[in-house]
Amino acid sequence: MFTRKQKQKMQFKPRIVPLGDSSILIQLGDEIDPAVNRRVHALAGLVENSSIAGVIETVPAYATLLVHYDPLVLSFAQIKNILREKLTQIQENESRKPRQVEVPVRYGGEYGVDLELVASHLHLKVEEVIRIHSEKIYTVYMMGFTPGYPYMGKLDDALIMPRLEIPRTRVPAGAVAIAGLQTGIYSIDSPGGWNLIGWTPLKLFDPTSESPFLFEPGDEVKFIPENVS
Amino acid sequence: MSLEVIDVSGLATIQDSGRIGWRKFGVPTSGPMDRFAFNAANILAGNTPDHAAIEIGLGDIAFRALQDCVISVAGVGYGLSVYIWDFPLWSSYYVRAGWTIRLNKLNSGMWTYLAVAGGVLSQSILDSRSTYLRGHLGGRDGRQLQAGDVLKSGISSHPLTELAARTLPEDARPEYSDNLTLDVILGPQEKYFTEESIEKFLSSEYTMSRTSDRMGYRLEGRQLTHRNKSELISEGMTMGAIQIPSSGQPIVMMADSPTTGGYPKIGTVASADLPLLAQCVPEKSKIRFQATTVAKAQQKYRKLMSGLERIVEE
Repeated sequence: MFTRKQKQKMQFKPRIVPLGDSSILIQLGDEIDPAVNRRVHALAGLVENSSIAGVIETVPAYATLLVHYDPLVLSFAQIKNILREKLTQIQENESRKPRQVEVPVRYGGEYGVDLELVASHLHLKVEEVIRIHSEKIYTVYMMGFTPGYPYMGKLDDALIMPRLEIPRTRVPAGAVAIAGLQTGIYSIDSPGGWNLIGWTPLKLFDPTSESPFLFEPGDEVKFIPENVS
Repeated sequence: MSLEVIDVSGLATIQDSGRIGWRKFGVPTSGPMDRFAFNAANILAGNTPDHAAIEIGLGDIAFRALQDCVISVAGVGYGLSVYIWDFPLWSSYYVRAGWTIRLNKLNSGMWTYLAVAGGVLSQSILDSRSTYLRGHLGGRDGRQLQAGDVLKSGISSHPLTELAARTLPEDARPEYSDNLTLDVILGPQEKYFTEESIEKFLSSEYTMSRTSDRMGYRLEGRQLTHRNKSELISEGMTMGAIQIPSSGQPIVMMADSPTTGGYPKIGTVASADLPLLAQCVPEKSKIRFQATTVAKAQQKYRKLMSGLERIVEE
């Protein structure tokens, strides 16, 4: 027997629709769900690896893949047919092994200024928040907001926090944050409304480096708590 | 060859055809606001559209040529003078060392492009010279140009004398106007709006707010109503996409558009009409929208871009 939620998921019929005359959106679901997101990354991999003439780039998000293409090379009907074909191949590609990235985190203190507040709001001890947050392996659902910013999930239900009522005007790069069922890391100094619980010395975005981004969409991420002495 | 910025009151940045291939990491494309005028300027100067040029908007700029060079200027809303002469835009000119080039803002239009034979050189960041101001990336140290900046150019593959005095005829250019009806491909979230709102969107007149910038143009007009939700889970978006936040007033994403967004998109402006929108004047231009199909929009775009092949020697 399937649960109602599983049935809903199986019933979602993929939609392929235009976003203007040079982008096309493939929608695989309508919620933040790890299984749906895995299919998005599987499809992104399939499209990128096929090097289709006229396809410029792809942008995977929670439940959608946006494909940017050159309308001087490909018509909408052509790209739609190609993508429909790729959709049927998702299953085989879904088993591909994602990259795994370990992220050392200093929880609390100067850069995790909200950690104690988070703990008291959730009726947990600080140590429990750290344990629960660092226990799980997260998936980079998508990237956006600022260059290199990873939207990760799914967070344990015990750690659900609302966003700050008034966003901070400046959050330092490397700040590890939570909001709702998601966790993220600020990639550059920027404004931000998530709860800051720690900080990583890793650089998420270095435009002059050979590999400018620490993460890519679909990565699996494990936080490793650092002992502050 | 090089140009020195001697005076600038406008927003001048180095732009090339855009930062391609990094959107999945959250890096906007940037590049020109008016791709047609940008391409025209480059081609007039004997470059390909991949070369970098200078985008100027909102105010004036003046350069001094430090060596003989060929420049070309294309766009809307500017008067051009070289040395002691006033010249029309959409043409290329031979400039002698020591001469001054001035671009002065007029009452209409927004953006104009100055290209140099050989292309403007700058550090390439993530495979592009385009300036992304909010991210402090590309162009000249990620910032807008200022007096004293010396811009070097590459070496043109053509003799300079062959490149001067070329022009793109007026009937090959977009039909820029202060009174526009823009083609829009509806969706993908048209179902988020009441039928009455779609009707309103396609029948009323909008103006552009002064708070608009390279990231997005904020439009003001009749308020649109969401059926129930005014947010969706974030998904990719692109230049021309029309987001409707809870205020019910459209925001059209432009060259520095974020790569993803969570407001419902009622439609996307056709690529062929993006140059027209880009050149709108805040609180002055009148903007209307009409629905079109993807096939028609693509055909219109191919026709527009083929106009770039009609450059003539004077």
